Amino acid sequence: MSDGRKRWLDEPRNVDRLFYGLVALCALLAVSDLGSGRHFFATWEGWPNFHGFFGFVAFWCIVIAGKHLRKLLWRPEDYYDD
Amino acid sequence: MIEALPPGLILILGALAIPLLPKRAQPFAAVVLPALGFFQLLLLAPGESHQLHLFDLELTVVRVDRLSLVFGYIFCLAAFLAAVYALHVKDTLQHVAAMVYVGAAVGAVFAGDLVTLFVYWELTAVSSVFLVWASRTEAAYRSGMRYLVIQVGSGVLLLAGVILHASATGSIAFGQLIGDDGLLATASPGVLLIFLAFGVKSAFPFLHNWLQDAYPNGTVTGTVFLSAFTTKLAIYALARGFPGTEILVPMGVVMTLFPVFYAVIENDLRKVLAYSLNNQLGYMVVGIGIGTALSLNGTVSHAFAHILYKALLFMTMGAVLHRTGTIKATELGGLYKSMPVTTVCCIIAAASISGFPFFSGFVTKSMVIAEVEHLNLTWIFLGLLVASAGVMEHSGIKIPYFAFFGHDSGIRVKEAPWNMLAAMVASAALCLAIGLWPAPLYSLLPFPVGDYEPYTAAHVLTTFRLLVFAILAFAVLVRTGIYPPERAGVNLDFDWSYRKALPALLRRLAAVGGAVRRAVTVAVETLLGRGYRLVYRLHGPSGVFARTWDTGAIAFWAVVGLLGFLVLYFWG
Repeated sequence: MSDGRKRWLDEPRNVDRLFYGLVALCALLAVSDLGSGRHFFATWEGWPNFHGFFGFVAFWCIVIAGKHLRKLLWRPEDYYDD
Repeated sequence: MIEALPPGLILILGALAIPLLPKRAQPFAAVVLPALGFFQLLLLAPGESHQLHLFDLELTVVRVDRLSLVFGYIFCLAAFLAAVYALHVKDTLQHVAAMVYVGAAVGAVFAGDLVTLFVYWELTAVSSVFLVWASRTEAAYRSGMRYLVIQVGSGVLLLAGVILHASATGSIAFGQLIGDDGLLATASPGVLLIFLAFGVKSAFPFLHNWLQDAYPNGTVTGTVFLSAFTTKLAIYALARGFPGTEILVPMGVVMTLFPVFYAVIENDLRKVLAYSLNNQLGYMVVGIGIGTALSLNGTVSHAFAHILYKALLFMTMGAVLHRTGTIKATELGGLYKSMPVTTVCCIIAAASISGFPFFSGFVTKSMVIAEVEHLNLTWIFLGLLVASAGVMEHSGIKIPYFAFFGHDSGIRVKEAPWNMLAAMVASAALCLAIGLWPAPLYSLLPFPVGDYEPYTAAHVLTTFRLLVFAILAFAVLVRTGIYPPERAGVNLDFDWSYRKALPALLRRLAAVGGAVRRAVTVAVETLLGRGYRLVYRLHGPSGVFARTWDTGAIAFWAVVGLLGFLVLYFWG
């Protein structure tokens, strides 16, 4: 069914480029948080790159928790006989 | 003349006329009706009208205010877009059901009393189930039956609550039902029942499974309609009747969180969207629970933006299902090569739901979160932050990644039909427009927005940090192979209780009941048998009572008796 045409994303090197671009963007966003001097909702919110760190950790934990949850909750597709 | 009709009735009456039209004209009629409905709303003046006297009740069929109008606008707009998306559908049933459903939802948000609300509430249930049944599969039939039972059950709760409330207060007006203390503990039983009815339709935790059960079983176009109206009608009802109800704040946070984990492991992408819908309702419920002008504005504006981006997400997944015949993540991937416009629309919807700056979710959800920050609700704030990362996971990344990118499934199909593309592009444009120019939406909200400004440098940057680092986490998880691969199957949720446990319990009870019945039958038969044998023994042909008595013996005993009498007589 595939038309055999190579797209830009089919090249693994380009996927790597995207990944390193993302890492660079994250670094830039983290650095931009140093000394922003804005009002913080709580002390911990003023920690450097708090939101970035929180987003990374929360995402990671959600995926890992989901992975473990699947062991408990997964059933075959015909489980409900629908 | 058009403004003389109650809002929504144009759609309902128009829907009933659709079958009279030629088959080819029916889908176009379904596009015209919401446009007419929208036009009618523009002519409405604030106030109450269409008072009816029914038995001892004074019904206010129409109440127009800012809260009802904003929901009316978005309902008509969403119906118009969904109808364009369904222009290729040749199924009369679906067009009629969809328009009655939309009309009922519009009518409900303009209902000024609880009895009128109840009528429309039930009509949304009864009409919308046909959008599930129209799939015409066994699974859709069963799922639709469960949906109908739960939705009609919600209406029954509402009616019971209205009766109790009316008998206690003498009023059926649909205004704020919760007391000023915001506590359910001090609410009357009638108000509690109404709250529960709204909770069922809002998909509160443990009352939510009808959503994930029915929506993925709806037709390609029907699910787009379903995603827009039922739950947002319930959000409207909660915002009208229960603003400032304290319990809604933690309840809303739970709603934002638990579906996230299910969405991670779900393989059916329309079911992922159903969990994601549930999660988005959580933000709105938190806003209602806080109950301030800013948070309620947040709820209403988020409902508005959510209807558009959620419908768009369901449209893109519907287009994939329409073209490929599957919506399982395990079977999809690489579709950006053959459905590029659908892919871009999906990414715009994903960015909107994730709350990326310059997209609609950013300017609406942030109002609720800003009020949480303002009120120093630390745990609620942290819960909503985790949920935001979760939204990024299931709707921001998982949906576009597994359908359009990821592993190339090798499937090559045609791009979606023109009408689907038109509806998707228009919805995507609206998602962007709201994000870039929120002022028109803000001007429609129930309360003045005042000096709230979503585009501060701090807000934009913190949001970017949260979301871009979340994307980085995804990239690292995928590159390291830690991200769990998709897996075909079902995941147990609370519906297990009524789809498996309850039937199993009933079967067990039936088995025990059967055994008891058999034991009782045997015992009774044994007792009756013994009784019968005893009677037979005594009264049967050879029984003692059936024996022929000798008259000589009686004469003998009579003589003995007389002799005894004689002896006693002379003795004495």
